[in-house]
Amino acid sequence: MKHAYTWGAILAIVLASTAGDVLLSRAMKRVGDVGELWRRSGLMTVAGRILRNPSFLLGIFMMAVAFYSLLFALSWADVSLVAPASASLTFVANAIAAKIFLHERVDHRRWMAAVLVAGGVVLLAG
Amino acid sequence: MTFRKYLVLAGVTLFAAIGDSFLARGMQQVGNISLQRLPDIVLTILNPWVALGILFLLGFFSAYMTALSWADLTYVLPATSLGYVLLALIAKFLLHEQVTTTRWLGIAMISAGVGFVTQGPALTHHPPHEDEGAPVPEPVGSRMEP
Repeated sequence: MKHAYTWGAILAIVLASTAGDVLLSRAMKRVGDVGELWRRSGLMTVAGRILRNPSFLLGIFMMAVAFYSLLFALSWADVSLVAPASASLTFVANAIAAKIFLHERVDHRRWMAAVLVAGGVVLLAG
Repeated sequence: MTFRKYLVLAGVTLFAAIGDSFLARGMQQVGNISLQRLPDIVLTILNPWVALGILFLLGFFSAYMTALSWADLTYVLPATSLGYVLLALIAKFLLHEQVTTTRWLGIAMISAGVGFVTQGPALTHHPPHEDEGAPVPEPVGSRMEP
């Protein structure tokens, strides 16, 4: 049962933080280049456009869900399992989700990068 | 990719690593918080290390949002994962922790991943017809530039 709770929580972390990253990325693509916008229309316009974006607010909510799932996972298992497992799975899940939902061109180079970083994170925690 | 954009990516990396380190240091001073006394977690921001850590993490979030406004998610995430390497180096040289061969191998793999992704383009260019149902982003163009 402990195993099921731990991996269930890790799955929740991965899904929620991937959804959060994808939503935040989508929101910021809608807003457009923040540097250019700031120079042209000022900081308040930038802040207003970001905060009025529903994807941004939903993205923040998903990040909060991910954070509380992390706290839950940590109450069932060691940080040395939870942190690297969720971080490295999130890298790979993000590459898949960005390809499907954001239509990003995830070429060999980006797959290699996601897998190398995911593997590296596991080794660092080992 | 301009120099300014690389600076923003460096900001994402540095602020996250520094923020996390400060938070960790602060929470070690605060000590364990039990589930029965969960509201105490609000008071932890009175610890200067925790407060400083939160400040850096706010900086991280602004830099991260800025980067996502002009680069793909699958570019930003690996490109800023050098923070893990930075944390390991801080552990070795500032905190004098032991960094094992396995960890050095992990550092090498992450660095290789960062090298791979930063060689490529930062942003996927979508042909205009691809996103027809969705509202078109408000243009932030060079046309307006003096």
